[in-house]
Amino acid sequence: MAETSGNGKVIRVEVLRYRPEQDEEPFLQGYDVPFTDDMSVLQGLQYIKDWLDGTLSFRWSCRMAICGSCGMMIDGEPRLACKTFLRDFPAGTVRVEALAHFPIERDLVIRMDDFLAKLERIKPYIIPKEERTLAQGEYLQTPAQLDVYEQFSSCINCLLCYAACPQYGLNPDFVGPGIMALLHRYNADSRDGAAVERMEIAGSEAGVFNCTAVGYCSEVCPKHVDPANAVNQNKTRAAGDYFLRLVRPKGGAK
Amino acid sequence: MKPINRRSNAPVFWGLFGAGGMLAALFGPVLVFITGIAVPLVLILPADAMSWPRMQAFAQHWAGKGLLFVVVALFMWHAMHRILHSLHDLGVHAGTALKFACYGLALLVTMTAAWILVAVGF
Ligand code: SF4
Ligand code: FES
Repeated sequence: MAETSGNGKVIRVEVLRYRPEQDEEPFLQGYDVPFTDDMSVLQGLQYIKDWLDGTLSFRWSCRMAICGSCGMMIDGEPRLACKTFLRDFPAGTVRVEALAHFPIERDLVIRMDDFLAKLERIKPYIIPKEERTLAQGEYLQTPAQLDVYEQFSSCINCLLCYAACPQYGLNPDFVGPGIMALLHRYNADSRDGAAVERMEIAGSEAGVFNCTAVGYCSEVCPKHVDPANAVNQNKTRAAGDYFLRLVRPKGGAK
Repeated sequence: MKPINRRSNAPVFWGLFGAGGMLAALFGPVLVFITGIAVPLVLILPADAMSWPRMQAFAQHWAGKGLLFVVVALFMWHAMHRILHSLHDLGVHAGTALKFACYGLALLVTMTAAWILVAVGF
């Protein structure tokens, strides 16, 4: 690694290790990593894997905050390893651990089965209000209609908001901030017609009312999605549905 | 993930909590000021602002009754909901018994307030 030689800076990286076949429980292992100011925490981990300890496991792909695979706890905060720089830890040490609130598969790799199962449940795709044939052309949308949901479509499924959410930590049944942001992204899309179906999930016992308006999810989100806003908008809507259902003649009451 | 299929009854309590929170934000500070500072220290308001005859007249007027009722009842629903959720955050998880205790107390205070307000006459 030519770029790391010569400048003399070294940082102590404490990494939470867990190899299920040999470790009883997770433990911290320290590595001394030479670095330059342009190196991310992800690059620090790559240095460890390439030069110090090939057994270290972690997820990554894009290196540019787009794929959402490198979420981890960095000095106790949920962050993307590729978007966090080693130069920002002037004390000369940084602690890197697997994302909070998820079971550890191995080292920094967590199991995201729970999230993926929930993602499937909300049908994260547009279910057209009215089918159009090819001859009828595309589904049109005005810029104002786009504005309503665009921010929520930036979610990269990095799960940082789940590691930030104390309610998800206490009760993993809660669908959680990221899923609510995505649910809202489709429900708020003028071309979509499946909001009623998705609101059953938002208004369920696993839904929005598990949120106690902590707001940390939106703070840690690397894409400014503001999942807390999606949750809160849907509290109002779910409450509206709840009471309207009582005055409707005969609805899909459950 | 069973709870995903069951509709939550939270909107009832969340609605009362929200209404109480709004009211608390609007009236809470000024009520603390009037009842806790201004009247006892005779600041701004006259010393007899909360005298027995005045307060009785207030509670006998339909508008005063209404105001007293929503302030007492909704503040209480707001507080009990908040306490229940704070206990949850502290690791005391809301079983049915705890929910009954919290919301039951709010209901009891609501009914007591209604009863007293009717009892003071019109
Ligand atoms: S809402 Fe933000 S923090 Fe949560 S998964 Fe999506 S991008 Fe990540
Ligand atoms: S490697 Fe893709 S988001 Fe960090």
